[in-house]
Amino acid sequence: MQMPDPNPAILARKAELVARLREVLPADAVISDPAETRAYECDALTAYKCPPLAVVLPASTQEVAEALRICHEMGVPVVPRGAGTSLAGGALPTADSVILGVARMNAVLETDYDNRFIRVQAGRTNLSVTGAVEEQGFFYAPDPSSQLACAIAGNVAMNSGGAHCLKYGVTTNNLMGVTMVLMDGTVIELGGAHLDAGGYDLLGLICGSEGQLGVVTEACLRILHKPEGARPMLIGFDSNEVAGACVSDIIKAGVLPVAIEFMDRPCIRATEDFAHAGYPDCEALLIVEVEGSEAEIDAQLALIEEIARRHDPVELRQSRSEEESARIWLGRKSAFGAMGQINDYMCLDGTIPVSALPHVLRRIGEMSREFGLDVANVFHAGDGNMHPLILYDANRPGDLERCEAFGAEILKLCVEVGGCLTGEHGVGIEKRDLMRCQYGADDLAAQMDVKDVFDPAWLLNPAKVFPLDASSARRAA
Amino acid sequence: MTPRTEAELAAIIREARAPLRIEGGGTRPIGGPTNGARLSTSAMRGIALYEPGALTLVVGAGTPLAEVEAALAAEGQRLAFEPMDHRGLLGTEGTPTIGGVVAANVSGPRRVQVGACRDFLLGVRFVDGAGRIVRSGGRVMKNVTGYDLAKLMAGSYGTLGVLTEVALKVLPAPQAAASLTLRGLDDTRAIAALARALGSPFEVTGAAHLPGKGETLLRIEGFAESVAYRAGRLRELLAGFGTVTVEDDPEAVAACWRDIRDVAAFHGRAGDVWRLSVKPTDAPGIVAGLGGVEALHDWGGGLIWLLAPEGRGQAIRAAVAARGGHATRVRGTGADAFHPRPAPVAALEAGLRRRFDPRGLFNPGLMDGTREGA
Repeated sequence: MQMPDPNPAILARKAELVARLREVLPADAVISDPAETRAYECDALTAYKCPPLAVVLPASTQEVAEALRICHEMGVPVVPRGAGTSLAGGALPTADSVILGVARMNAVLETDYDNRFIRVQAGRTNLSVTGAVEEQGFFYAPDPSSQLACAIAGNVAMNSGGAHCLKYGVTTNNLMGVTMVLMDGTVIELGGAHLDAGGYDLLGLICGSEGQLGVVTEACLRILHKPEGARPMLIGFDSNEVAGACVSDIIKAGVLPVAIEFMDRPCIRATEDFAHAGYPDCEALLIVEVEGSEAEIDAQLALIEEIARRHDPVELRQSRSEEESARIWLGRKSAFGAMGQINDYMCLDGTIPVSALPHVLRRIGEMSREFGLDVANVFHAGDGNMHPLILYDANRPGDLERCEAFGAEILKLCVEVGGCLTGEHGVGIEKRDLMRCQYGADDLAAQMDVKDVFDPAWLLNPAKVFPLDASSARRAA
Repeated sequence: MTPRTEAELAAIIREARAPLRIEGGGTRPIGGPTNGARLSTSAMRGIALYEPGALTLVVGAGTPLAEVEAALAAEGQRLAFEPMDHRGLLGTEGTPTIGGVVAANVSGPRRVQVGACRDFLLGVRFVDGAGRIVRSGGRVMKNVTGYDLAKLMAGSYGTLGVLTEVALKVLPAPQAAASLTLRGLDDTRAIAALARALGSPFEVTGAAHLPGKGETLLRIEGFAESVAYRAGRLRELLAGFGTVTVEDDPEAVAACWRDIRDVAAFHGRAGDVWRLSVKPTDAPGIVAGLGGVEALHDWGGGLIWLLAPEGRGQAIRAAVAARGGHATRVRGTGADAFHPRPAPVAALEAGLRRRFDPRGLFNPGLMDGTREGA
């Protein structure tokens, strides 16, 4: 993975930069000792590491603005960082960059149940947003699997999803407003406790822009009352095609489950060995969860069962209790842990049209044999967001490269069948060089035009999202 | 000019030397006066792809909305964001197009529960002011690959590019629906009742207050047993606000919410029409403070439709600005139809205009405040 060479002029001015940052930030909010900056050398894409020049940990919008103004004046790149859980390298530093971490900004600023929103500082973790409102029976819907650790700032940057977005949408559908600092230190407000934009939908534009357009310091988030209850059903099939057809039929029948999760045989076997959830040994397994009152849940599960029976399932299990629900979810929730026990793995994130599911799974199986690497599939089937896990051995020379090459082929396949490179993890550095598979030169130019408007000097997270050779002229300008 | 293909459209734009007035069906003349040559998308039409099992529709921007809705209805599906028909309110004729719906980000009462048009927009194709053909997003439901230019296009009223194709997420149409009505509540009590219902687990898909009729209305939709159950629970929940009556005749429920969606109460009546987006509990105070206006409340109070005499713009804008939100004059004259944006936001909008429409061809003056110095 190529990153731009650090600018020696910036490296040479480190002492001056740090001194200026210390004038506007508390002493403990500016980190420049290489022994300490190393803690920020990577995010959850740990294959790539580079300690930053310095780290700032502001505690308010004002401090963020001061820090950005200084970096802007000195022409120093800034890499915003939420909780550092990006799987795409979204928070990977360069040696000449300042990491701007928002972890200290984690306060709840306002909760309003009548108007159904919560306003938080952007460093607050996803799960603790729900934690702040659950006593009143409310929750914040987007639930990325890293939700215990990940920050709202990163969720907004990557437009994060989760298992329940089939019904509730992703971050952009639940984000009502932000306070954001532009690279030159200007503070702007977009949206708020009201709906929709009065001019251009800049809120929609910045959500998912991977920290390249501004630093979000506060967010106004939609909260919802929790459903009365939720219960899953487990359905096993002896072929991926049949399982895919069943997903399609469920959706066509007018039921909108809150989640439809799909696991293939390699994934079922691995999780069974690890978690002993009692899953059937079959080709494909669906977990379908519905919400509502007891009677509403019964009715929806009965309808789903009727549809599933037309497809000759090898196993069909409706949960009748919380304990049974927990057992059904146990294997799915331990899937990643189970894979980690076996091997190192790379988790992909392409999305495909649901109708292409059988074809894509078959091709992945063929490619797995060609590359000599095992792959297990676990994903959100209702919306086609796949998570193939490629197993490799980081200690074996050449394995990582082979794994990355295999991953790139899978993502190209996703685009070929009408899908996209990333459904919820973001481009970062990981998929940066594949962007031309999905977008033409004009498509990318239009996106980079937006970057030019918000950050003309390309100082915010500059080496991400766009192929380096595509952005080089703009970065140098 | 009515190009039949994206390539024809791109050629027209590249060769254009004077402003263009971008039009779908011409039924939503919202915004400041714009005097370009008419450029219609109506010939770029047709459903390119519809997969009911994937809840996905890809369609030419000029396709009549009615054609889209009929195709979906045939599969028991619909556009869940419930786009309003502006013809009655604005006194226009013509055929609303799906591209127009997206360009104006048009939603209806269900927006409060499921989201706006922009939330269902999976991808777009458009031609920008330089004649570039640009694609953003795609046809799949989850996609964070690159910037979300589809959101930027939704609600930009053709000022950044001419839409040629849109991909939308569709949803199943429900088996049953019911309206619940409370009567005689003042605005504050009415918005409180709507907030109570919207803050419940019963998935309210419409929440309106019609002071003229003295009615406060809720809608629930779903499987028949589910609708009956939730109607009962909501009736209990709202007991403190008075007696709740329930209407479950499908045609009556549909007609009631169609009238709310299309602001039927203001059809054919003189005056300017304003659309205010505010924090719901601010709505009663805003309306009371203005005086001399007639109001309808949708989205649990978050959307206020005002019928006001000409010349009340400043007072309306000031009332909204004091509390947060925005006000758009959808009927009436003047260059200031859209809410002014703060200087740094206006500068970003102007910067986007310069990038996507460098020669200022598209609907100049329509979204005032997006240009520097305006």
